[in-house]
Order: sequence, then structure tokens, then C-alpha cells
Amino acid sequence: MALPVDTHPDAEAELERLELDLLLEGIHQRYGYDFRGYARASLRRRLWRRATLEGLRSLSGLQERILHDPRAMERLLGDLSINVTEMFRDAACHGALRDTVLPLLRTHPFVRVWVAGCSTGEEVVSIAISLRERGLLDRALIYATDFDAEVLAQARTGAFPLERIQGYTRNYLDAGGVESFSSYYSVSANSAVFDPELLSDVVYAQHNLATDGSFNEFHLVVCRNVLIYFGRELQDRVLGLFDASLVRRGVLALGRKETLHGTAVEDRYEPLVEAERIYRRRS
Amino acid sequence: MSAPRIVVIGASLGGLHAVGTIIRALPADFGCPVLVVQHRAESAPELLAGLLAHESRVTVCEAQDKTVLLPGRVLVAPAGYHALVEPGHVSLSTEAEVRFSRPSIDVALETAASAYGPAVIGVVLTGANEDGAHGLACVRRRGGLAIVQDPATAERAAMPAAAIAAAAPQWVLPLERIAERLVAETTTGAREATG
Repeated sequence: MALPVDTHPDAEAELERLELDLLLEGIHQRYGYDFRGYARASLRRRLWRRATLEGLRSLSGLQERILHDPRAMERLLGDLSINVTEMFRDAACHGALRDTVLPLLRTHPFVRVWVAGCSTGEEVVSIAISLRERGLLDRALIYATDFDAEVLAQARTGAFPLERIQGYTRNYLDAGGVESFSSYYSVSANSAVFDPELLSDVVYAQHNLATDGSFNEFHLVVCRNVLIYFGRELQDRVLGLFDASLVRRGVLALGRKETLHGTAVEDRYEPLVEAERIYRRRS
Repeated sequence: MSAPRIVVIGASLGGLHAVGTIIRALPADFGCPVLVVQHRAESAPELLAGLLAHESRVTVCEAQDKTVLLPGRVLVAPAGYHALVEPGHVSLSTEAEVRFSRPSIDVALETAASAYGPAVIGVVLTGANEDGAHGLACVRRRGGLAIVQDPATAERAAMPAAAIAAAAPQWVLPLERIAERLVAETTTGAREATG
């Protein structure tokens, strides 16, 4: 007996959704990376990009490749880790961190900051510079985490492509920086190597927001343009994780287009700098 | 055709006037959510939604991450972010520029086609590049409706011309006739769906 085959475009889309679910399930069971709660539209585009680069014609084809070849999985992880970042990206946000948030932290004898989803570390350097300029760096500890070991290795070097420094300098000045930005790095070949002392109190660690738990208490959690890649349920999980990791009256800084509005923790926070999506725990 | 559930409008150079003309002509009870993707500099001040809201009868606001798609509400993709259509809402992304653009019209149309299939109306307006052509072809392939501004009436003809070549749209219309087409398509669709 022939099986019914529906070739209507909607049926094809339905089939692709099944393939995508199975692929994510396979990745989770085989490698422990859980992308099942990610926002689907962007995930789908990146999975297809990998499938095409591998010369494959379907997501099931990609599933076979990924399950049998760990190197293909490594390549896929590179695609799924979003590494578009800049120093002092969104000047207004960094200005608000420097002028509004850091002065609040001054009363603490010790300041712990978590940069969640730090990628290649540009934001970590930016925050370290602001902490130093506010006289807080000596008693601060920055935890910089990402799920992707490769970008963390890059971040640990403290070296960044020289050709991007001009843009970062402009961002720094726009954010209200008053020092000479070039005093923070030295030039070596095509890299700007940032002052090791600036980054001596940074702990880089692999941590997966989708699966790992809280590991310390923080006065400030910075997680910008990471939650946008998660579906709403996973967003709520991660916001709960941040909530469990913040001290009383701790501060949470999100990306400019991310909001606590409509999330499970909304009532527990008040806006500190509304336009920049910087929130403070009510208690 | 099944009831349209989303309209995606893409525009580039000359788009402020073109998009504004369409949005201002939509009735307050327009029965469909709208997503507008207008190319502009990342550093551009966030004025676009306000400008489009001016003198329009529908609600216009800038999309935040996971903003819900509501009938009669126009969401504007923020500068510096891609806007991706998911069932019922819009997700944002800071992934690399696509064809030198972020927001990318292709990304919005392609994800709308994937999420809504035949229930998408894709509209490509004036512009000096080819963004939107690939995305509109995706909309067509999934059974959606494609409308392109007549290049002869566009401030810049390249983008609508590329969309016509790539997607063979059902409608090529002068700017001032696009809004009435949208109203007609969304009302007919609703009648078919209920009847």
C-alpha cells in the first residue's frame, strides 16, 4: 500500500519543522548542547547555512552528518554562536553603566560583575575600563561566560583586531570616555593588546545559559543581545537564573531592544535607566 | 488563498515617503499585522516609527524582541537589528548584515514565508539595491502574495526591478494603489476564511 505523500507547500514546511526538531533533539542527546529553546527563525537560517556549506540538501542530511562527525558539530557550534560584538557598543548604554550604575556599586566593599554571553570579550574590556575609571576595578571581579569554548579562548588573549580600534575609540568617546583610549592597549602586529592589568581580575569560564545553573552572587549582570536568540520560555528560564544570581537591589543590564516586560520576573524589577533596559531588583 | 495573516513591507532609498504613503492610507480597522523593514544607518535616531505614526490611523511602533503581531498594528524593524518573523511575534537578531543591510528585507520576508507560508503578503518598494528580491521569491514559492511598486513610479527603480525579475509578483502597482490592494486582499481573504 502506498503511503500518502502530501507535497503541498504547507506539508513541506511541516516536514521541515519535524526535521529541525529531530536535529535539535539529536544534538542535545549526542553532544549535550541544548538549542531546543532557541528562537526558531534565526536558528533555522543558521542551520540551513551550515547544511548548504556542507553540501547537504536537507536538515535530516545535516542531522546524519552532525551525529556521525564531531568535527561537523564543531563547525555548527561556530555558526550558532553569534559573535557580532563591539567595544562600547551602544554608547548610551555604556554611558548609563558608567554614570548611573557604577556609582551605585561604590558602597560595596567588593563588586562582582557577570558578563553572560561574553563572546570574544569586547564588552568585558569595555566594562573593565569603566570600572577602572570609576575607581572600582581594584575591588571588582568580572566573570565572563559563554557556551562556546572557542570564543572564550579568543577573549582570554586580550588581543583584538587593530582595524576595529578606530571604531571602538569613537564608541568610547561617545559613551563619555575621558581618557586617551590608546592608553589601554599596545599595538603588536595587527592586534591591539589590552593592558593585562586591566583584565587581571576577569575570570573566563564556559557556562551555558540554556542548561547550567547559578554559580555565584553578583551586583551587576550584563547580558546584552543574547536573550534575543532564545524563545520566550528559555528567556524566562535565563531571567530566573539571573534573578537567582543577583544580590538584593542588584542591577541587570539587557540589550536595547530586550525587555523584562511580559516576562516571569517583570514584577521583581524596577527600571533604573528605562531607555537602556537597565533594571534593578526591587528587593 | 487562505486568509492573509501578515504583511511585510520592505523599502530602501526613498522609502520614508513610499512607506508613509501606504501606512497613512490604511484604515484603522486594517485586519492584519504589518512589519516594515526600512534600510537606514545604524546610528539613525529612532524616529521612524514616530514619523510613520504621524497622520496614520493604524498604530505604529518600533518592534522590540518578541513583540506580538497584532491586526492593525504596524511594527517597524529597529535600526541595527534584523527582524525575523515567528508565528505570532517578531524576534530580533544582531547577526551579520545580509547584503550590507541590517535590518535586511530578505531576512524578514524569508522568515515570514517560513512561519506563515501562503498567508504572507510581501511588498517591495523603492531602493537602489537588490534586497528583498530573494525574500519575495521565497514568499511566492510558499504560495504567498507578492506586490511590487512599479519601478517607473519609484524614487529608485533598482530594488523593485530586481524583485520583479526574481519573484514574478502577482501585482506590480503604482505607489498610491498599493494600500487599496492590501485592504482588498486582506478583506477578501477574511471573507473566504469565514465563508
